[in-house]
Amino acid sequence: MIDIRGLDVVFGRGQQAFHAVRDVSLAVEAGQSFGLVGESGSGKTTVLRALAGLLDRVATVSGHMAVADEILQQHRSRAFRRRVQMVFQDPYGSLHPRHTVDTILAEPARVHGLDRIEQRVVEALEEVGLDASFRFRYPHQISGGQRQRVSVARALITEPDIVLLDEPTSALDVSVQAEVLNLLMRLKREYGLTYVLVSHNLAVVAHMCETLSVMQNGAIVETMSVQQLRAHNSTMPYTRQLLTASLGYDRGAIDAFEEFGQ
Amino acid sequence: MDNSPLLSVEDLHVTYHTPTGLVQAVKGVSFDLGREKLGIVGESGSGKSQTGRAILGLTAPGGVVRAKRLEFDGINLLHADQRTLRRVRGGGISMIMQDPKYSLNPVMTVGKQIEEAFLVHSNDSKAEARRRTLEMLRAVRIREPERVYEAYPHEVSGGMGQRIMIAMMMMPEPSIIIADEPTSALDVTVQLQVLAVLDDMISERGMGLIFISHDLNLIASFCDRILIMYGGQVMEECRAAELAQAKHPYTRGLLDCLPRLDGAREELAVLQRDPVWLETRGGSQ
Repeated sequence: MIDIRGLDVVFGRGQQAFHAVRDVSLAVEAGQSFGLVGESGSGKTTVLRALAGLLDRVATVSGHMAVADEILQQHRSRAFRRRVQMVFQDPYGSLHPRHTVDTILAEPARVHGLDRIEQRVVEALEEVGLDASFRFRYPHQISGGQRQRVSVARALITEPDIVLLDEPTSALDVSVQAEVLNLLMRLKREYGLTYVLVSHNLAVVAHMCETLSVMQNGAIVETMSVQQLRAHNSTMPYTRQLLTASLGYDRGAIDAFEEFGQ
Repeated sequence: MDNSPLLSVEDLHVTYHTPTGLVQAVKGVSFDLGREKLGIVGESGSGKSQTGRAILGLTAPGGVVRAKRLEFDGINLLHADQRTLRRVRGGGISMIMQDPKYSLNPVMTVGKQIEEAFLVHSNDSKAEARRRTLEMLRAVRIREPERVYEAYPHEVSGGMGQRIMIAMMMMPEPSIIIADEPTSALDVTVQLQVLAVLDDMISERGMGLIFISHDLNLIASFCDRILIMYGGQVMEECRAAELAQAKHPYTRGLLDCLPRLDGAREELAVLQRDPVWLETRGGSQ
């Protein structure tokens, strides 16, 4: 469903150039969830943005990217924009503060020339567990978890095949995170969605995905199945250190941490 | 070693008067802090940060703090005058906040800021302050203390910024540190390295630590004892090592809704909140 080969992303030029993504290749089959994990600055979000076509004006993107049978050009097609949707990390920053939930949800439907917009808005809200009374509220009038549900509803309204999830629950309390993760899993089952999930949380990726790549300094260090991850079955020292760290505080283990620099 | 508590909090209440009525942010929290690492864990709005701030008299304007007892080193913090409180803040009890980017002065070098924290609480010379600052930077495992001394906050990484905060808070040699989500903005490996620095200093100097966090796993592995807060109240108190055997349905609910690396779950449990928890104070106790 998604095929990326030899992706490079460079911000800036000349002396100032910053090579954010180096030779990244990955493949995701239809109906699968693929995780990208890594620490801040590892380039995981940049890969997602490059795929979504959000970087063309700010960075030099090169390499082969294809979604289904469409080879992606610099200018994304209308079909691509409908088929691929994104949910961002910050539910506060990603919804227009002066638009009602109704306007927020109706806009993508209108842009793509869909019919029955009002009905779609109500259905999308229902799909994410919000009743119709939320339609005429503003983002500041609803909680963080409800906002992230609205973001998911906005992604669903164009009936996408692929949803790109950028740290969708890291701004939420754990009890709300559980609700949003359950919602995402149910939607995936019901609609056969394909997910690419970016997260620094290994447990969240293990819960959601079948396969994952570990990124560091812009490159993929290792690609592994979730079974391998759960079994701590990794050959790469960087992945093993991330796994150790994710287990919690262990004074003895910390002194053995290495710096994985350039 | 002296086993009497460093800090006693009894029946602490923090109430805000808002246009829409009274908001009770903290309702009857009690605990003693010894020379230990005490974790306060809860979700947003549980009152965990408000509890930490109330101890230092840092409750925002409009908030009213009441308590039967709020005692540190024989000082009643509720009725202390501003001069006494200033001596306690920093000198007796220090606070480390979440984001070093906002807690450090952006137009002052790191070294000068740490010195300032020291000089406010002592009469030593500037030369002595500089010596102590470099020594402290070394103690928080900063490799090139001279270079960092001259650096401005924007020139250091998040992990180093938080080590600098720790150095600054340790300078007046307080006996208690209140750390409010001190490492939540950091990557997990850096987070653990910063905590190791804090941990070593706390145990070497026999200090008390109040560690406020939303991260149940981190608190359980880092602290000695945990208070679990919800709705401004303490739901349950337990030894950190015994968190997995916690009894209160709220604690159980929090534990169950976490995705885990060591076992697949089809569906995550969703926390069902019960209004009864907020009526019977102290939960199962």
